[in-house]
Amino acid sequence: MTRGATRVAYALIIGIAVLIAGLNLALPETSALHPSTFVMSLTGKYLSYAILALSVDLVWGFAGILSLGHAAFFALGGYAMGMYLMRQIGGRGVYGNAVLPDFMVFLNYKSLPWYWHGFDMGGFAILMAILVPGLIALIFGWLTFRSRVSGVYLSIITQALTYALLLAFFRNDMGFGGNNGLTDFKDMFGLKLQSDAVRAGLLVATAIILCLQLALAQFVVRSRFGKVLIAVRDTESRTRFLGYRPESYKLVVWVLSAMMAGIGGALYVPQVGIINPGEFAPGNSIEAVIWVAVGGRGTLIGPIIGAVIVNLGKTWFTAILPEYWLYALGALFVLVTIFLPNGILGLLRARRSGKAEARAVAP
Amino acid sequence: MTEDTASLLYLDGICVSFDGFKALNNLSLLLAPGEMRAVIGPNGAGKTTMMDVITGKTRPDEGRAIFGEATDLTKLDEPSIAALGIGRKFQKPTVFEPHTVRDNLLLALASDRRARFTMFARETSEEADRIAEILTTIRLVEQSARRAGDLSHGQKQWLEIGMLIAQDPALLLVDEPVAGMTDAETEQTAELLREINRTRAVVVVEHDMDFVRALGVKVTVLHEGSVLSEGSLDHVSNDPRVIEVYLGR
Repeated sequence: MTRGATRVAYALIIGIAVLIAGLNLALPETSALHPSTFVMSLTGKYLSYAILALSVDLVWGFAGILSLGHAAFFALGGYAMGMYLMRQIGGRGVYGNAVLPDFMVFLNYKSLPWYWHGFDMGGFAILMAILVPGLIALIFGWLTFRSRVSGVYLSIITQALTYALLLAFFRNDMGFGGNNGLTDFKDMFGLKLQSDAVRAGLLVATAIILCLQLALAQFVVRSRFGKVLIAVRDTESRTRFLGYRPESYKLVVWVLSAMMAGIGGALYVPQVGIINPGEFAPGNSIEAVIWVAVGGRGTLIGPIIGAVIVNLGKTWFTAILPEYWLYALGALFVLVTIFLPNGILGLLRARRSGKAEARAVAP
Repeated sequence: MTEDTASLLYLDGICVSFDGFKALNNLSLLLAPGEMRAVIGPNGAGKTTMMDVITGKTRPDEGRAIFGEATDLTKLDEPSIAALGIGRKFQKPTVFEPHTVRDNLLLALASDRRARFTMFARETSEEADRIAEILTTIRLVEQSARRAGDLSHGQKQWLEIGMLIAQDPALLLVDEPVAGMTDAETEQTAELLREINRTRAVVVVEHDMDFVRALGVKVTVLHEGSVLSEGSLDHVSNDPRVIEVYLGR
């Protein structure tokens, strides 16, 4: 990816977010150009998904690790933020308990479980949204990469990881709200979450963080580390005979990617207003892989485009034919694999280099 | 060659079996520092398995592989053995295809291999000089910025040899370097290996007898996992046992 294309991507991401947020705040609701709060939150949701797609591309596109469980890291980050938002409700819950969230009162909790402590502080919650996915990825990656598990086997284990978390979070006695998850959020950093200003701020923050993560990912893949990583992706055993330890390279990028996904989840939850165990569903992780494939694996910018386009399609499609969405998604994946092996970005690039060649050939 | 009592590599009674098939059977071999050795033998004689044992890819059932003073290679894994200074070139050229020729050499250059270093590493001027030097040696100066995957077969072989030089190993293991090369390329490869041998020990596994003759070094003949004969090419090719193995009984 050229540096020019990256600059265009930054400008578009931030530009669109600022435009929607600005128009929402500046124009009266009666204006035809006023984007609704729904549209604003929807855009924020897409950009959060784009963060997840970016993190998947970093491991799949550059280290060859096809993760079919990345949404688990996204959901863990989401839960960390959700716990903070629950604590922010304070005494305004249905049961009026100043410390215990509603579902705990309902389930007869006498006191706050130990792992809920500290989540009354926003900074702590954000830290946990990064550290918890990172820690789980570290343990998981350390065990699997060291035993040289790779390819399809690794993909299957990542599915098992997210499925295990799904089952665990469904349980009421896990202390995360069980089936219903965490919802009815009221405030964030002391400000009303439902207000347009907070929504606008969240959208712009998501756009900025997406760009920062894109910059970080670009730095990683362009460094010597990134070159080794690509070498590991294509010919792992050769890198060993050169003296590199592929397992450490994979572990570093895997943990980094999980933390990036966690941040995405933390931005997602306040904008959609709920987090429940459904976010751990294996299908979510597979969808994220499809976004990457559609946009262009190994391009970093492509997956961002893919996440936004596929989700735009999903929003539109589920409004008219909700029960057929999964078929459409499956068909999309098949078609992209056959006709666009390098995704949308691959197509754009082929066009451009084709034109350049045509110019060079022309007298 | 001056006889030195110290050996660079000493394989001592190595046995490897795969599902009952003895790939290496009590194989012993002594390599002096700075020596170049050609290893020949019919298919299935254990040539590649021997390389696998030395580089840590395969762990032998019995025996030791002593490198230098007293390091037993059979206790180490591939990256540690590479770090000790043993480089390996595979039969099929394996270069990092998406990277440029230059980047391939950069990744092979002897330096800190840890992720925490490579993440922030910047190319030093010494590294740039080394790369330029190696590009000249392997005759790929013009191709420096090309994708390694776009090189011809012979050029890939040379790039891989260049990567070995960049690793700056004490011992180089080269598996069938001239397979699929043109006569001119074969000639140049022999020259390249002799050049490399001026500063380090080399073990070459090869089928091509003309090439082995062109190298003009001591030859070890493997058969059914152990050493059948050893000496100059003329000596071994007059050995009745070798004739029997190669021409059939």
